[in-house]
Amino acid sequence: MIATRTWGLLAEFGSPEALLEAIRRARGDGYVRVNAYTPFPVDGLSEALGRRPTRLPFLVLAGGLLGGIGGYLMQYYSAVWDYPINVGGRPLHSWPSFIPITFELTVLLSALTGLVAMVILNRLPQPYHPLFNAEVFKRATSDRFFMAIGAEDERFHAESTRAFMESLGALSVTEIFDESVRIGVST
Amino acid sequence: MEKTTHAPEPLLVPGQTYDSVSEKIGAVVIREPSPLFWWATMGVGFSLVMVLMMSVAWLFIRGVGVWGINIPVAWGFAIINFVWWIGIGHAGTLISAILLLMRQHWRNSINRFAEAMTLFAVACAGMFPLMHLGRPQVFYWLFPYPDTMSLWPQWRSPLVWDVFAVSTYFTVSLIFWYVGLIPDLATMRDRANAHWKRVAFGIVSLGWRGEAGHWQRYQAVYLLLAALATPLVASVHSVVGLDFAVSIVPGWHSTIFPPYFVAGAIYSGFAMVLTLVIPVRAAYRLHGLITQRHMDAMGLVMLAMGLIVGYGYLCETFFAFYSGNRYEQYLQIQRAMGPYAWAFWALIAFNIVIPQALWWRAARRNMLALFLIAISVNIGMWLERFVIIVVSLARDYIPSSWEMYRPTIWDWGTFLGTIGFFTACMFLFIRFVPMISMHEMRELIHREGRESEE
Repeated sequence: MIATRTWGLLAEFGSPEALLEAIRRARGDGYVRVNAYTPFPVDGLSEALGRRPTRLPFLVLAGGLLGGIGGYLMQYYSAVWDYPINVGGRPLHSWPSFIPITFELTVLLSALTGLVAMVILNRLPQPYHPLFNAEVFKRATSDRFFMAIGAEDERFHAESTRAFMESLGALSVTEIFDESVRIGVST
Repeated sequence: MEKTTHAPEPLLVPGQTYDSVSEKIGAVVIREPSPLFWWATMGVGFSLVMVLMMSVAWLFIRGVGVWGINIPVAWGFAIINFVWWIGIGHAGTLISAILLLMRQHWRNSINRFAEAMTLFAVACAGMFPLMHLGRPQVFYWLFPYPDTMSLWPQWRSPLVWDVFAVSTYFTVSLIFWYVGLIPDLATMRDRANAHWKRVAFGIVSLGWRGEAGHWQRYQAVYLLLAALATPLVASVHSVVGLDFAVSIVPGWHSTIFPPYFVAGAIYSGFAMVLTLVIPVRAAYRLHGLITQRHMDAMGLVMLAMGLIVGYGYLCETFFAFYSGNRYEQYLQIQRAMGPYAWAFWALIAFNIVIPQALWWRAARRNMLALFLIAISVNIGMWLERFVIIVVSLARDYIPSSWEMYRPTIWDWGTFLGTIGFFTACMFLFIRFVPMISMHEMRELIHREGRESEE
């Protein structure tokens, strides 16, 4: 038999406002491992969860600088040093005509960095997650707003946390099991 | 003066809920059998793809001589179609990126659709320069790579800028489109009615859970991509304009080309969005999500762009005469009264005269009228590129080198073939991917609900 471990509790709400209120009260009550799942981006959700702003824009900036500087240097190196061609006596370092490609490579590298950074910082791709075990969670991508409290939270207790969530006006509370953790095998 | 204010018309027909949106949009992909309209259009598109394959095969066997191009008219249909298709793509980026930055919420119903249109239009555009190469098998020489010949591309050439601009444009459009799709693919995964669909959507949605952190980074990257795509779209058609402006051919050597090309691109792109959206909206009964107000707004943008394009034509003519350059002057006269005068006057009729009907609200709200105007602009913009390219080349400096250009059946086959390729791709997209951004529609419902409570 494969034993499973409790991952946490999932509370279902009908509106973003109810979710935000529940998060405030849960955090006010001392819960730390609080997370939220919504079918569209909800204003003020990150702030309610006490999240810091994402560092993704800085990564995109770095990618863009790399693309721009790298692109310009590539043209400079090839046109001035590696393969100089005199075209009608114009300077080898004819920088105005290097600008379009410098710009395009800035945009290209920024966009690629943005995509890769979003996927990696979000820890995707992740085909399995304990939440996917809950039938109710299918509505998280459609019309329901969820708050989860993780079992690793110090204040977490299967019964008292459930009671607390119900007191917040949750439409349902579901215990989530992590089936990927195989604690012991017995016959 | 007394001012009357009207409550703004809603962007959504009342009664939409979070769930009804996913149901309506998602059902097209996972449940409903495709309507006859889908099969019919897909059938036409697929047949034309076969025509494209045949035309390209013959071209690769015999070379560019199968086309009507000659010297001096070395840029025939291939470049006309290239510029036309890439212009069509621009409306997609305009709708998704620029209107996002300007917080125009009406874009939400049509952005996914317009972005898909961009991708496929740029794919069609990209084929033409490659086919136009004498030796298409060595197209990769255009890219900088460590080669045994120790050669580098010529950075001062707008044709090399084109390679970078178009390939960047395609890549960034693809990223933008895919990032916006990830949350919707997760919705499809969770609503799938068969195991294999669930697995397929599960793979492409990367395991998206709608976590607060996911959304935070999603919003950051989506906004940045919009901010990057906005100057990119202007740069791409400017570079295409520079392909002409940097040359010294009469009628091309003009600094007005880059901005005037960008306006024309957006003009033709909006026309193509309307050409596609009007029948699809009717066939899939999406009137609740794509409302009259969307159609009206697109009609107005098209009208504004058409006026800018008309201003471009006026400037071109004015500066040709003001310049005192007799070749430029002669070319303007040749455009209006030379052997290709029919194309010029048809262009004026399709592009400038007919779209003036958009001043009337009744025309913008009559779907048949709007559809016909959009078709007219599509044709007009194609003719514009024909006039710019063919007349200038056919009537350059020395009369002894003048030559008429007549497209062959293979030119037409390639052109119609790409229209088929575009149509087939669009209809596969409609069938397999949610064609309206569901999470943005939910956001809109939430916002409208809050506003009506206040």
